[in-house]
Amino acid sequence: MKKDMLNTDSLPYCKGCGHDLIAKHTAGALQKLGYQPLDVIVVTDIGCHGIIDKCLNTHTVHGLHGRSAALGAGITLGLANPDKKVVVFIGDGGATIGLQHLLEAARLNLNMTVVVHNNMLYGMTGGQTSGLTPHGFRTTTSFDGNPFAGYDLCALAHTAGASYVARIMGIGDISGRLAVAFGSKGFSLAEVVEICPSYGIKLNPRRKLADIAREAGREEGEWTRQREAFSPGQGKKTASLLDKTRPIPAQFKHYLKEARSLVLSGSAGEGVQLAANLLGKAAMRSGLEVTLKGSYPVTVGVGFSTAEVNLSPGPIHFHGIGVPDMVLITSADGLNHNRARIAGMKEGLLLIDDSLDVPPTGAEVVRHDFRGIGARSAALYGVFMLALKTGFISTEPLFRTIAEEGLEEKIPVARIKEALVQ
Amino acid sequence: MQKKTKGDRALVDGSRLIIESLARAGADAFIGYPITPANLLYLYGSQRMELMLPAPDEITTLQWMSGLSATGRLPVTATSFPGFALMLESINMAYMMELPMVIVLVQRLGPATGTATCGAQGDLLLLKGMISGGHPVPVLATAGMEDCWTLPARAVKIALELRTPVVLLTSKEEVMTQRSFHTGRLEEIERGKWPLYTLECDYKPYKATEWVPDFLPVGQNRQQVRLNASTHDETGILQHTTPQAMANTRRLEDKVVQRMQEHLLYELDEEPGADTLVVATGITAAAARQAVQTLREAGHKTSLLVPKTLLPVPGKYAETISRYRRTVMAEESINNQLGGLLFGQQTPAGLRFAGALGRMITPQEIMEEVTR
Repeated sequence: MKKDMLNTDSLPYCKGCGHDLIAKHTAGALQKLGYQPLDVIVVTDIGCHGIIDKCLNTHTVHGLHGRSAALGAGITLGLANPDKKVVVFIGDGGATIGLQHLLEAARLNLNMTVVVHNNMLYGMTGGQTSGLTPHGFRTTTSFDGNPFAGYDLCALAHTAGASYVARIMGIGDISGRLAVAFGSKGFSLAEVVEICPSYGIKLNPRRKLADIAREAGREEGEWTRQREAFSPGQGKKTASLLDKTRPIPAQFKHYLKEARSLVLSGSAGEGVQLAANLLGKAAMRSGLEVTLKGSYPVTVGVGFSTAEVNLSPGPIHFHGIGVPDMVLITSADGLNHNRARIAGMKEGLLLIDDSLDVPPTGAEVVRHDFRGIGARSAALYGVFMLALKTGFISTEPLFRTIAEEGLEEKIPVARIKEALVQ
Repeated sequence: MQKKTKGDRALVDGSRLIIESLARAGADAFIGYPITPANLLYLYGSQRMELMLPAPDEITTLQWMSGLSATGRLPVTATSFPGFALMLESINMAYMMELPMVIVLVQRLGPATGTATCGAQGDLLLLKGMISGGHPVPVLATAGMEDCWTLPARAVKIALELRTPVVLLTSKEEVMTQRSFHTGRLEEIERGKWPLYTLECDYKPYKATEWVPDFLPVGQNRQQVRLNASTHDETGILQHTTPQAMANTRRLEDKVVQRMQEHLLYELDEEPGADTLVVATGITAAAARQAVQTLREAGHKTSLLVPKTLLPVPGKYAETISRYRRTVMAEESINNQLGGLLFGQQTPAGLRFAGALGRMITPQEIMEEVTR
């Protein structure tokens, strides 16, 4: 047996309020389409329209001012069930505070219907002008008439991609027209235009609803678009993010007695982060504990690129590097980003490309033509040099790491080997 | 903690562990708007979660999440302060509606946009006061890679069992730094369970047993569900300030305070005979662990407390601090937010603060404060 959507005929609205009409004809339209109350989720928000909840036999969700379209969108996405009907009620005030939510639901063409209760002003808070108040319409805060034109909400929703949009004058039996909106696949919006009896009628005596709408260029109409309704097909997902992190066996020896910190720095796009990553993995392959952190400007394709690496035979707690033990600089960008750090070194090792000036430092300085092998391989070449110079790991785990990562084709391994021999 | 062995380590960042942990615990949707330094969480969310949707802003993010949660899905997001600020009203909504979800808040340097690529610990007091009325939202703070595995799953469990949004608090350096880590022997993660209503009639959406109301999703065709962000009674119908409605609002506070007693998470490493305690959370815990280890090696008896359940504030932390002659609280801020949370303006004698702005505190700075 079909159960009514409403549990009472006596709705809590002022006499003559269009909200009463909308609620009753929404119920009628849904029943006409064959929905049972528990197939329907009515999402309301703040405004006079939102006090309808207690009169409904449907599921009811009463949210924040202007957010019901987004909340309803979330419910639509969660249900993903075409047999269920999500109906969103919103006022003209809510429609502007949550305009992005309306446009987004239309853009995604979510299977839901928004019914805008457009009484052309903020009724619940005292009859103030809203973003949908027509030009010249008088409100408690525009006593000489609204100096601005209201939004054309239907045009906005249609342009954003809604399947079905209609503007309906809130007079007489509107259940048939609402049923068309409710029956549409994808996103539909019905803007029902009404006059608030407490403020609108009193402040605009003798003006008829249809005249106001016509003068504002907001007459009745329908706008449709042939589009598939949104379906949350997501493509292939990873079964476990840990599957993407290859275990690194400790198969080589290391020669590090205590923790050491290292800063690698060069220019964006010159392989600094890759070199640091390969060094970190080679160190792990040698049984060391590692931390690795990159830093670069927000425009990632230009300027410096710096990597901070900690290597330790034991656990590493704190990974920050103030004054590093070792620094490798392969370009002027890298040098400029690390001048203060290099100046602060009282000991340790600085490997620096021989095209660059050497700032004052207490570190042992090794100048070398790192860029000679090609700018994109300079940092990695420097890492090999560092391993040879300090001996904390051998070069073998570095070559093994390049092979295991499948990078032998991309990295000029032979040239690096040749350069190291020289 | 599993025994660490050579050979089964990988190079991973905390973001990867967090998303995998959330997913295994039952999170099945990631909704978000990208923001530094939460970007990796967003990326991994898109790879791992059954449903991933890019929202046009953070208000929409929280609204979509709330809608999904109302249908029985467990959504998560990740953001930092600017995005979180936009979410606030909607988090209040989800709290009032009692919708489970997890928000990963990656702290960065403020105020305002501040420095997006610099970590910080400056959001705790915001979290303390984020609900109008002062009701607590459960907040867990990660302090290391193991926590990036265990705490997200715990956050899901709490969100579901207490029907509430939960904040997982972390910071840039914790989620973006890669570390050698034993991924092969991680603790098994148990899926969280919804407190489902099983009877066929008489469902009242906010009638609670053990402070938590049983859940039924909207859209099922057995019983009517009413969810409400405005003041309401146990039926979910809007009320002014009736005794029934006030009882329900009061219950929201009691629910979190009472039920979070089952989730008091902290690390307390007390050294016999020590009269000095170091207290640190989140990223600063790493420096604190290093400092305490070095101090002990040098013969300074020192204890360590790393709080992980931050809200609602457990009494355990103030009680522990009261047992020490001297306490050094370390935090990447200039105003000791945890200290403010525990003691307000009444800072106990013997309490010192080691803070930093725009960088991590070093172990040396903590040690200097201990030995000063």
